[in-house]
Amino acid sequence: MTAATDLRPAAGAERARRRAGAGPARHFRRQWQLWVMVAPAIAFVAVFAYVPMYGLQLAFREFDFAAGLAGGDWVGLKYFRQFFESPQFWTLIRNTVVISVSTLVVGFIAPIALALLVNQVLGRRRKQFLQTATYLPHFISVVVIVGMLQVFLSPSSGLITRFVGLFGVEGANFLGSATAFVPVYVISDVWQHAGWNSIIYLAALAGVSPQLYEAARIDGAGRFSIIRHIDVPALAPTMIVLLILNMGQVLNTGFEKIFLMQNPLNLEVSEVIATYVYKIGILSNQFSYATAIGLFNTLINFAFLVVANQIAKRVSNTSLW
Amino acid sequence: MTRPFAALRRDTPGDIAFKVLLGLGCALVLFTALYPIYFVVIASVSDPAMVSTGQVWLVPRDLSWFGYEQILADERIWNGYRNTLVYALVGTALNLLVTMPAAFALSRREFRPRRVLMFFFAFTMFFSGGLIPMYLLLRDLSLLDNWLVFVLPSAVNVFNLIIARSFFEHSLPEELHEAASIDGANYFQFFLKIALPLSMPILSVIGLYYLVQHWNDFFTGLVFVRDYDLQPLQIVLRDILISNQAFSGGAGGAGGAGAGGYAQQYADQIKYGVIVVSTLPVIILYPFLQRYFEKGVMIGAVKG
Repeated sequence: MTAATDLRPAAGAERARRRAGAGPARHFRRQWQLWVMVAPAIAFVAVFAYVPMYGLQLAFREFDFAAGLAGGDWVGLKYFRQFFESPQFWTLIRNTVVISVSTLVVGFIAPIALALLVNQVLGRRRKQFLQTATYLPHFISVVVIVGMLQVFLSPSSGLITRFVGLFGVEGANFLGSATAFVPVYVISDVWQHAGWNSIIYLAALAGVSPQLYEAARIDGAGRFSIIRHIDVPALAPTMIVLLILNMGQVLNTGFEKIFLMQNPLNLEVSEVIATYVYKIGILSNQFSYATAIGLFNTLINFAFLVVANQIAKRVSNTSLW
Repeated sequence: MTRPFAALRRDTPGDIAFKVLLGLGCALVLFTALYPIYFVVIASVSDPAMVSTGQVWLVPRDLSWFGYEQILADERIWNGYRNTLVYALVGTALNLLVTMPAAFALSRREFRPRRVLMFFFAFTMFFSGGLIPMYLLLRDLSLLDNWLVFVLPSAVNVFNLIIARSFFEHSLPEELHEAASIDGANYFQFFLKIALPLSMPILSVIGLYYLVQHWNDFFTGLVFVRDYDLQPLQIVLRDILISNQAFSGGAGGAGGAGAGGYAQQYADQIKYGVIVVSTLPVIILYPFLQRYFEKGVMIGAVKG
């Protein structure tokens, strides 16, 4: 995701070239082949990303089956008002924020801790093995992850249920409980992605100059103070960029995993905006209403991203654009 | 990486405590990451009664192939497998065909519109039309209930495009292009004969990213496809693992099975088997491909 930091080409050189004076005709004569190469990608993104954006106007119109994306009569903010006034509104917001913020916080800290730990391991081979093992779960599909949760947390025979039983909690039903939903969701998320997300921090740690460690050592710094005063500051720029990017996801929860983990027993805490949009829109065909809810969600995320980026720019000169 | 100062002094008690803590931490991490996967594998070949009463935890006991026999006989899984294989291969081929040339063009510093185009692509990472407009668009394009829906809308992943572009930017020396153009090569020739052969690492990386993305795709089938014959493996897996749909042999359904009941045990064994069968390709390929995956993240992280 940090690749997004890399959106600014060498602007200076480009401006210089432009001043040198090359008209559009000359430009096409020289570079039409580059246009041909980038054209298919432009076409796919235009159709499958920008046309749906055009369809956002549906949020302000009555849906008309024949008109499709172009929409019917203009109704203004009717559907937004309907959403804000619906009894579901605060529940959805609360559930979405609770799930995404806990995932963001825990999912942000875990890879850093893991990277700091793995970085202390001596020996290439051992380190490599530890990394390989921790990346593995990243490639398991969401469906299989939830399937594994089901067999491991089965109240009668699950591996984890029986393990917890040793400590006196008999027959706990983790998947059918409103209080256990968020912890189960977050912990399994960390299990799956912490290793993978630690790669980028390990790369940053590998770039720390050995002389720095040596100097600290000679000054009498202990192992923990070396981690505290050299390793952690070395990770700071990466942390900030990832934090900004994560801020843009504040109302984005993994639809698939939540949807698969939902059941009547945990619905009060597991119904989030994304799953609600799916049910309202696709399952009950209220297209305009669902589009409005989706747009509300996207706008909030976008606002968080912009604000986080501005703060980061001011505080630490790190920014996405 | 060896610490340069490691040999300078003898271990103090503090060092020893640190090493013990480190060892424990690593052991805990390793166990947490691997044991659940290992357990699924041994549980899939052990006697279900033994598994459900907690007697299987280190090695398989009373080998039983019942789960796998049921899976082999189940048509849905193989149909889903075949579908996913087709979607993943066709999809990845299209992905690379579209992404690589575009990434190359965007990496050329003399390509004037590239700044505007990068914004055009990157903007879609942070803003989107959302589910319903997408659904209506696919309806208008007759892509609902059409296998192409697994291939076309995901043709460009902007994140992968940026990774590939960074690679071209940082690992193709400018002199190479100068030399080639002096020899009369145009952009097409330079891309095909020089840039692409030098980009095999990045081609493998994003090819693998795309392949995994297609293999694990569950959302497309759920939202845009009703026809069960077109459904990919992940939808079939959902039905078996999570919705507890019955198997052709009658086993596997949770219906009528009391807590810890006989049928439930067999259902669980089938689930363990299904997890193994569906995840096997990724797990087997994984150790060989791992260094490539990692490389992708590193390239993506390079600041321009």
